[in-house]
Amino acid sequence: MEFLYYPGCTLKNKAKDLDLYARRTAEALGVTLTELPEWQCCGGVYPLGRDEIATKLSSVRNLIAARDAGRDLVTVCAACHNVVKQVNHDMATDDYIRTRVNNYLQPETPYEGETQVLHLLEVLRDKVGFDAIREKVVKPLTGRKIGAYYGCLLLRPSKVLAFDDPENPTIIEDFLRALGAEPVIYAQRNECCGAYAAIENENVPKKRAGAVLSNAKANGAEELVTACPLCMYNLKKQADGTGVKVTYFTELLAEALDIR
Amino acid sequence: MENNNLREQILFTANADPKKCMKCGKCSGACPNYDEMEYHPHQFVSMVQNGDIEPLLKSESLYLCLTCMVCVERCPRNVQPARFIEAVRLAKIRQQGENRLTPQQIPAKIEEDTPQQLLVSAFRKYTK
Ligand code: SF4
Ligand code: SF4
Repeated sequence: MEFLYYPGCTLKNKAKDLDLYARRTAEALGVTLTELPEWQCCGGVYPLGRDEIATKLSSVRNLIAARDAGRDLVTVCAACHNVVKQVNHDMATDDYIRTRVNNYLQPETPYEGETQVLHLLEVLRDKVGFDAIREKVVKPLTGRKIGAYYGCLLLRPSKVLAFDDPENPTIIEDFLRALGAEPVIYAQRNECCGAYAAIENENVPKKRAGAVLSNAKANGAEELVTACPLCMYNLKKQADGTGVKVTYFTELLAEALDIR
Repeated sequence: MENNNLREQILFTANADPKKCMKCGKCSGACPNYDEMEYHPHQFVSMVQNGDIEPLLKSESLYLCLTCMVCVERCPRNVQPARFIEAVRLAKIRQQGENRLTPQQIPAKIEEDTPQQLLVSAFRKYTK
């Protein structure tokens, strides 16, 4: 199985473990992630404004490259996934946006949202299969109580993301079970960590990520797992001194497959 | 109704219909940053609808929406309140000299593990 892979800016810098173990574990599971040549940063947050055209262009360039290569586009960062998938939806459904973006980029064939955008977790669930992963686990995470932290970006808006049930998701818990761990369900797992407000108002992530951590801990979680570098940053700050460890899902997978 | 052009611009950018709101308050009840906000998601919807936009343009609430999309997800009428907050914020920061965040402020905010994602996201939300 081969996919085009869009790493995004942070996986090349501060979230290298998210990138490295995505590639290594995928390869071990028979999935080749070929990096999209000359990819551009998605901008981190989906530009909600309808007349925001320039801020959508980088995502469309990536999407066109995938279409022209005839491959599905795989993301690993939750934010990249959210942005690229929502822009793709605009290109498929919003004539105003589609026309302006195509007029600007002038691709040989106008782009109309043809590319399939998949998060690596979806590839693991739907293409590889959690049962197949379970069979490849050599070092099961037995006895580890891990809380899945979904946050916002993988789930919402669910009409576009179509990733999982936005209020009662199960994909990461199923993933954890396949690795032999014990998933911990807690109410805050799909609530915001405080996101980019960290740049100007520390109190927001302090309160939000703090609430996530204490709720997870109160329900017995000893570790949290995420797919988002910004969630990681906000959670880690609040996790300091609580004994709760925060890791990327690719790290856990690598550990269970013993390729760390 | 003051400033009709501004209202029309905001409605266009938002690309959502405030008239569909039935004022149930579910959006604001679910908003993770409700406590910090002066104007809440349902108020953005009704104030834009009423053309009462000046107070919103002056409010810190513009910078407190986390784009978490909870209000969008849980609104029973598909009003998409976050789109109104976004549109008002854009109306503000698109004006000359109204950038909320400047590159000069960044070095003092960088820590060892600050992810690039935080910086690009913040610039996208706070700066034009
Ligand atoms: S998108 Fe903004 S307004 Fe809506 S619930 Fe999230 S933080 Fe609140
Ligand atoms: S949830 Fe929807 S209908 Fe209810 S107050 Fe908010 S915007 Fe209006």
